Amino acid sequence: MNGFMKQFLRNKGAVAGLILLSIVVIVAVIAPFIYPQSPWTMVQRPFQPPMELDGFWFGTDVLGRDIGAGLAHGARVSLIVGLVSTLVALLIGLPIGALAGYFGGIWDDILMRFTEFFQTIPSFALAIVIVAILQPSLSGIVLAISIVSWPPVARLVRGEFLSLRSREYVQAAILSGLSPMNIIFRQILPNAISPIIVLASLMVASAILLESALSFLGLGDPNVMSWGYMIGAGRTVLRQAWWICVFPGLAILFTVLALNLIGEGLNDALNPRLARKGR
Amino acid sequence: MQTLRYILMRLAKAAVILFAIVILNFCLIHAAPGDPAAVMAGEAGASDELFLQQLREKFGLDQPFHVQLWKYVSGLLQLDMGYSYRQDAPVWDLIMDRLPATLLLTGAAFLLSILLGVVAGVMAAVRVGKWADTAITVAALLLYATPLFWVALMAILLFSVQLGWFPSYGMESIGSELTGLSYWLDVAHHLVLPATTLGLFFTAIYTRMTRASFLETAAEDFVKTARAKGLSEGKIARRHILRNAILPVVTLAGLQAGQIVGGAVLTETVFAWPGIGRLMFDALLQRDYNVLLGVFLISSAMVLLFNLITDLIYLLVDPRIELNT
Repeated sequence: MNGFMKQFLRNKGAVAGLILLSIVVIVAVIAPFIYPQSPWTMVQRPFQPPMELDGFWFGTDVLGRDIGAGLAHGARVSLIVGLVSTLVALLIGLPIGALAGYFGGIWDDILMRFTEFFQTIPSFALAIVIVAILQPSLSGIVLAISIVSWPPVARLVRGEFLSLRSREYVQAAILSGLSPMNIIFRQILPNAISPIIVLASLMVASAILLESALSFLGLGDPNVMSWGYMIGAGRTVLRQAWWICVFPGLAILFTVLALNLIGEGLNDALNPRLARKGR
Repeated sequence: MQTLRYILMRLAKAAVILFAIVILNFCLIHAAPGDPAAVMAGEAGASDELFLQQLREKFGLDQPFHVQLWKYVSGLLQLDMGYSYRQDAPVWDLIMDRLPATLLLTGAAFLLSILLGVVAGVMAAVRVGKWADTAITVAALLLYATPLFWVALMAILLFSVQLGWFPSYGMESIGSELTGLSYWLDVAHHLVLPATTLGLFFTAIYTRMTRASFLETAAEDFVKTARAKGLSEGKIARRHILRNAILPVVTLAGLQAGQIVGGAVLTETVFAWPGIGRLMFDALLQRDYNVLLGVFLISSAMVLLFNLITDLIYLLVDPRIELNT
């Protein structure tokens, strides 16, 4: 574990990503303390440019809401949606990939056709349709994002299981009469975990991008302030008030960038063999 | 002969997937909130129970699931995707009216991202470790992390509002009544910002992929052989490395086609581009589920078509490809 930390910290990009992400996490955690009021309350005159009024560093939006408050509270939504939908996607993709890779044959065929089918459908369009049918809510968004993002997990896990299955220790476990469930979860999965962790960290990033795009289109939870919603609401007044769109966009950019950098750092540290290929 | 069989197999596979998409689409229509009969009755201005019952019988909404599915499928075969009561037009007509604009936008973005991505990826790979490599890698990393719709807005802010170089919305100048070449130049002028912003995200992906693939291929033995027999570096890069390195990029491009079509919804919304993505956004605002799912079906079919085309390109690029799948 110590060697892993050393490897990870040697990667400058990964360290930068970790610092950036820590800032976002801290802001998300202390949001209710620095901005105790709801980010929906109108606190000032509309269209205040940034840095002009004390305490309103990021200006106000079309209705006089504090953009700083929106940014801080939006961080919570982005992080939670990113994390939870990745977890749900793992819950869908892991079993499918594991069963396909472990049992092979007809199981593999059926499950992989199913996965390919979901990969063919334009994922963003499917996510829009799902949220529209479920009605905009946080759980609907999480479900939609996980439904469109599990296929890469299934494919990755299947590949790992296919190659690990023929290893001697797995053969020994099969011969010693362990149940398939036991072999899948206790023998093979722990050895396939590092690429899954790398993929998961990148998935959190794309889930945040997806959530922002859905909220931008007005499909966000109407009770929850999110970065995508702020950009969508400010887009009609882009010419008069650039700051309404610019700051939330930068927040998304930094968060997603941080997660991608961390993902790459994890990849280099966990799979040193692959890292040398110079992705 | 074998090539023909391969193409036929691919077509058959695409047909099966298309059928599965149709079934999924039908299930989604059923899951959509609101009783279609109630919606129709509402539009007609009446809502008593007897009228609703008549409407249900007339449109077969009281039939069992499989009968309705059959009616839906046979309707689709006759290009009947239902009716949009909000826009008072058949869904098929609405979509076909908008499809050319989307094909133009996604096609342009796709070509741009592939070309730019491969060029930038190769430029980074041949100068690996130098500042040009770092600059390209960082740029790709940033683009990969930026939301598509935000890039589009920032492009409007810079190139349209500040500099005034490109128009920020629509596909043609209003009321200009241009014809022939000047019309197409006008469309091209409008196309620059939407196609570029849609393509940039994918450019980032292809750049990273090309760079990695190029470096991997460059370490192979046949490249050392080529170098040993005294070929120039430029020739090695072009004829030996690039030809082999480009294959995984083509594969990825085929897989990403769906994402470009999905991204068109955002781009068309921001730039008011009159394509099916914009149609989808309007349908979303009005909760017009027939149109929403019609667009979903057509864009899935578009992705299948893109995949088929990439398969064929693959056949041209790599003669070694196994034809037995």
